[in-house]
Amino acid sequence: MRTSPSLLSLTIDSAVLNLSNIADLSPLPDHIVIDLFLRTLRAGKLTERVLKLFIDTGKDEVFSLIQALNIRVTLTPVLPTTIKDDEVDIVIGALRSDLTTFMNEWRPMFSRFHLIIVKDPDLKEELKIPEGFNLDVYGKPDIDQVVGSSTSILFSGYSCRYFGYLVSRKKYIISVDDDCLPARDPKGFLVDAVAQHIRNLTNPATPFFFNTLYDPYAEGADFVRGYPFSLRGGVKCALSCGLWLNLADHDAPTQALKARQRNSRYVDAVMTVPAGSLIPISGINIAFEREAVGPALVPALKLAGEGKCRWETMEDIWSGLCVKVVCDHLGLGVKTGLPYIWRTDRGDPIASLKKEWEGVKLMEEVIPFFQSVRLPREATTVEECIVEVANAVKERLGSMDPVFARASKAMLDWIKLWQSVGSSSSRSSAV
Amino acid sequence: MATVSPTPLLKDELDIVIPTIRNLDFLEMWRPFFQPYHLIIVQDGDPTKTIKVPEGFDYELYNRNDINRILGPKASCISFKDSACRCFGYMVSKKKYIYTIDDDCFVAKDPSGKDINALEQHIQNLLSPSTPFFFNTLYDPYRSGADFVRGYPFSLREGVPTAVSHGLWLNIPDYDAPTQLVKPLERNTRYVDAIMTIPKGTLFPMCGMNLAFNRELIGPAMYFGLMGDGQPIGRYDDMWAGWCTKVICDHLGWGVKTGLPYIWHSKASNPFVNLKKEYKGIYWQEELIPFFQSVALPKDCTTVQKCYIEISKQVKAKLGKVDDYFNKLADAMVTWIEAWDELNPSGNISAKIPNGASK
Repeated sequence: MRTSPSLLSLTIDSAVLNLSNIADLSPLPDHIVIDLFLRTLRAGKLTERVLKLFIDTGKDEVFSLIQALNIRVTLTPVLPTTIKDDEVDIVIGALRSDLTTFMNEWRPMFSRFHLIIVKDPDLKEELKIPEGFNLDVYGKPDIDQVVGSSTSILFSGYSCRYFGYLVSRKKYIISVDDDCLPARDPKGFLVDAVAQHIRNLTNPATPFFFNTLYDPYAEGADFVRGYPFSLRGGVKCALSCGLWLNLADHDAPTQALKARQRNSRYVDAVMTVPAGSLIPISGINIAFEREAVGPALVPALKLAGEGKCRWETMEDIWSGLCVKVVCDHLGLGVKTGLPYIWRTDRGDPIASLKKEWEGVKLMEEVIPFFQSVRLPREATTVEECIVEVANAVKERLGSMDPVFARASKAMLDWIKLWQSVGSSSSRSSAV
Repeated sequence: MATVSPTPLLKDELDIVIPTIRNLDFLEMWRPFFQPYHLIIVQDGDPTKTIKVPEGFDYELYNRNDINRILGPKASCISFKDSACRCFGYMVSKKKYIYTIDDDCFVAKDPSGKDINALEQHIQNLLSPSTPFFFNTLYDPYRSGADFVRGYPFSLREGVPTAVSHGLWLNIPDYDAPTQLVKPLERNTRYVDAIMTIPKGTLFPMCGMNLAFNRELIGPAMYFGLMGDGQPIGRYDDMWAGWCTKVICDHLGWGVKTGLPYIWHSKASNPFVNLKKEYKGIYWQEELIPFFQSVALPKDCTTVQKCYIEISKQVKAKLGKVDDYFNKLADAMVTWIEAWDELNPSGNISAKIPNGASK
């Protein structure tokens, strides 16, 4: 005959069923805590919260049990489960030698991923990088060895990061400038820029019709009335352009004029840049699917007076225009908006004015060119598209300024490099 | 809103057009912001019903009898039993700017808890230029605290005149019937603090719930079509006007902005009723979008009216075969322009086709 359960036993069973209402187990005697723990396990009710309840009792026997049974807390990933950590490379172009603060501030977001740090070949000092990261560092000798010293000119200054794109073997790349730190959203929470970029890249883009509620795949949003159903599947998002709080990416004249202006407006939106529309893509905070558009990010436009401040470059703007034209042609999407990063104050815009005028003047020719460039139907891969653009640059802009002729050649060299050194797994045609 | 100079009220240059079939109680909440302005109430439905307008507002009210009397046979182009009838208000207005709002839209609060003066924001949007030729990643460059980003060509920084300011909605979002059925509880709680120009060549779904425009520039294009009673379709009035308007603005070099201000949309319409109204539209829009995306307006269409008539011809030619409704609609578009020109004899804004950085 089965003995009836004791009152204590019934109480413990009841406690297992009511674990969600219990906030503190420490007043309980040890043997009851253990019994409760074992019954919780048997009932399959051990969640992270419940485990913490038991750990907080501080009882040694609980700890021994946890160790003996090899119970471990798994952190719920922020990313959608379709992304594995080993699909992402974080590429940093180091223009400054001391990366300690930078890396430590980004540690919560970066530490789970592999990093590629490329040192600006012109930087003389040794890089200072804190411990605890899974990374590869490349410097001038590596660049020279891989691409040869004649082509290594492509990778000086801010363009050093493109070498990282070239040698990466991962599906997604996220790249931020080394003078940027994680930002905080209006609620005061640190923004995980990496997770947001990945979310942007792994959700479709909608370039053929503008959604007035912005990203229709965001939580709490959707397509609005009037949005054609046939377009609601979207297309692959190949590029994600983030923004900047504090020092926004203005050109030197604007920043010099509004010396004290800092960007404090947090616009809580991601949107697809419509097909056919061009945008100035800043390299300060971008991410892309390397397998889809890697070759299109070209280190090509080098201003004669290019310097070590963003105000003194246009390479990313040029690269972004190439990517957008190629994406439009191949039916891929480009998003802009979140995530924000915090860009630290640096440099003197007035000093940069002298150098940047060149870039500002060139844009007047560059934009109409990109707006009118037409890619032939036969160009079905990213590489073919870039070659077409490079040829068009030579033909239509080459005589205007030597910087364009050089850009055209750089683009062709880059494609050759990509084909020989770049990942052989790179799938580059349209979806 | 930290602007260097305060936004002008424009109280003698702007009319507020409100279509209603119920009542105008919502105006009480808007009183602090709307009272200085003249209202044009377009009463839909039963003309024998009296719509009470709250005390203290300066208004003119038109019911169906008035519309028939004023337009005579041309009244056929104005919808009945659908908020599309509001476009009659645009036609009879004598002001430069129009703001139109639905009677279930209330004052929203911004994230700091402050009441949003939607009308003031719309005016700011309309009075500052648009930038349709190149996208500014920091959105509206003319707002305080913002500017053009690096790489934005200086020659495009003057912008073009803004023809339309399209506002958004918190609480009940403007979803179509199928989405409403699937997500009946979804509320828009995301306050996106941005205004942006919709790039040239890009179409968008224009919602008439919270909309302002420069009537002198684009008024004739704001025809809200044939909807409601006796028509096979409803809830596509503002969509239709938006596509025509955008195509014409792109052609004439004017800008369309979207984003702030937000209003609080309080009433969710019945999704089953909506589904019946929208049903045909959901299929037809698959034809309409490619149609509007490929409309080419000849260079000699230099006025809005000419552009509009040209579109109506193409509607007849290309969409007439989708459904006979589009033949009727094309005719109604012509009637609308005729009626517009009759009621507005002097206004013929001509625009030089810009040879700026256009595609």
